[in-house]
Amino acid sequence: MIGRLTEGIRPRTLIILAALLAFFIVAPLFASDYLLTMLILIFYFAYTGQSWNIMMGFAGQLSLGHALYVGLGAYAAAALFVHFGMAPWLGLAVAVPISAAAGAFIGFLAFRFRVAGVYFAVLTIAVAEFTRIGFDHLQWTGASAGLFLPVAQYAHNDLWTLRGHPAMFYYVLLAATAFAFIACRAMLQSRMGYFWLAIREDEEAARSAGIDTFRYKMLAVVISAAMTSFAGVIYAFYYNNLFPEQVFNISQSILIILAPMVGGLGTLFGPILGAFVIETVAEAMRTLLQWFGVDLPGTNQLFFGVVLLFVVLAVPEGVWPWLSKRMGLMEREP
Amino acid sequence: MSALLAVAGVTKRFRGLIAVDRVTFEVPAGGIFAVIGPNGAGKTTLFNMIAGVFRPDSGTIDFAGEQIAGLSPDRICRRGISRTFQIVRPFPALKVEDNVTIGALLHRKSVPDARAHAREVLRRLDLYGKREQRASALTLPDRKRLEVARALATDPKLLLLDEVMAGLRPTETDRMVRILKELNDEGRLTILLIEHVMRAVMALATHVLVMHHGAAISEGSPGEVVRDPAVIDSYLGAETVV
Repeated sequence: MIGRLTEGIRPRTLIILAALLAFFIVAPLFASDYLLTMLILIFYFAYTGQSWNIMMGFAGQLSLGHALYVGLGAYAAAALFVHFGMAPWLGLAVAVPISAAAGAFIGFLAFRFRVAGVYFAVLTIAVAEFTRIGFDHLQWTGASAGLFLPVAQYAHNDLWTLRGHPAMFYYVLLAATAFAFIACRAMLQSRMGYFWLAIREDEEAARSAGIDTFRYKMLAVVISAAMTSFAGVIYAFYYNNLFPEQVFNISQSILIILAPMVGGLGTLFGPILGAFVIETVAEAMRTLLQWFGVDLPGTNQLFFGVVLLFVVLAVPEGVWPWLSKRMGLMEREP
Repeated sequence: MSALLAVAGVTKRFRGLIAVDRVTFEVPAGGIFAVIGPNGAGKTTLFNMIAGVFRPDSGTIDFAGEQIAGLSPDRICRRGISRTFQIVRPFPALKVEDNVTIGALLHRKSVPDARAHAREVLRRLDLYGKREQRASALTLPDRKRLEVARALATDPKLLLLDEVMAGLRPTETDRMVRILKELNDEGRLTILLIEHVMRAVMALATHVLVMHHGAAISEGSPGEVVRDPAVIDSYLGAETVV
């Protein structure tokens, strides 16, 4: 199993990876609060991007509504904590099945009735929007006024209830990103992974090769939704407040897809590298604009968009495939 | 001798047009059966009904003693009928070996087993040396053989080939003919092919069915069929080289 997981990765790449991992493990010891916040965001988007990539990068199903799974996970765990004092790790046992069921619902509707391509993408947006409006009126979770978690005291970290210093969230997200990476690689090397790639490449040819495309597309949606839901739980306990307007917002869905798009669709390193590129660009823009004293709302997003545009134009297949080729990091793509 | 595939009275209409009109024939186990006819005769529609892309409006399709008309393409493939497409459809971004491994995974749970089987199939189709290339980088003759390799890797009892010779040079056609003959001899694989290249049909087929305007107009051995006046009139033309 370990042998197959590292198959095709050059030894020096493994050494670089191990060094990077070691660096990120000790990073909170010397990182400023500012840098730590940035790293938390990076790993949040690396993890959610990796989860989204299962659907689009592996199985070729474009979801533009992944905020739905973040939001459901966040609200389920937060509401159970607020109302019943249920620890988030137990809440996860409720949050994950809820998100998985939502994914299964969308998948069933789409794949049974042959809603494909852009229409599928529109369906994912629609369900996320319906859910946002639904939560705007759900009194149990505070409706549009928001749901608030009791704010933590930073005196000590309580991993069980996820109350504590940002460094704790950082480690949880770092571990989640590492887990998602290994899980995705294992899935790609499995029978299911091959069938996903076949569906992505040519669904009709995949069916002719005997693949039950409905089943494997359903698996992709459900696994992706379940994994994304975990990020929602962390989101809720990190920010301590939830508003349907924010957490279910389509801009959240778009942010989730940026990292894998920029880093390299369907690749394993892409979402992680992409998250670094995007956050670095975003922060650099913010700092630069501050430095020049520009304070118009929206300027930051505008410049961010322009820079991303240039990145996509320069390396259309993604930053990771480009980097990997330039530096000879891989023997072969998985 | 029992038929592996028995098609009886199969009809398919597209709006007003009758694409396939009450076609009946039997493919004996171990045979190579060719369907020929001019463009628009309904050959590919007939194929698509056998492969599960279309459900026949009427008629029955029996495979290995079971009714398969109307089953989905993936179910039909799992029962042992594998097909190629007239316009090749490999998985372009994947390597040649992965294309074939996907086929081999149909009846194998383990990826290494499937890979080993895929390599065997690639050797038979003269593609082993190109197994690390992306499918999109292959030439047309190679892609045609890749299409056959992927279909073959699913361990079919019956292989449906939709114009695999089209666009090939004579040397490539001969290579494909040799490979298909080997598969038929050694693998005891039954083959049903649609073909325009008469040179290949004459060399391969044990039975030929001729279609015209959706209907079967002649059936028999290749020698009989090419002498049938109805066939010469509608398809081959008077001065056909036999």
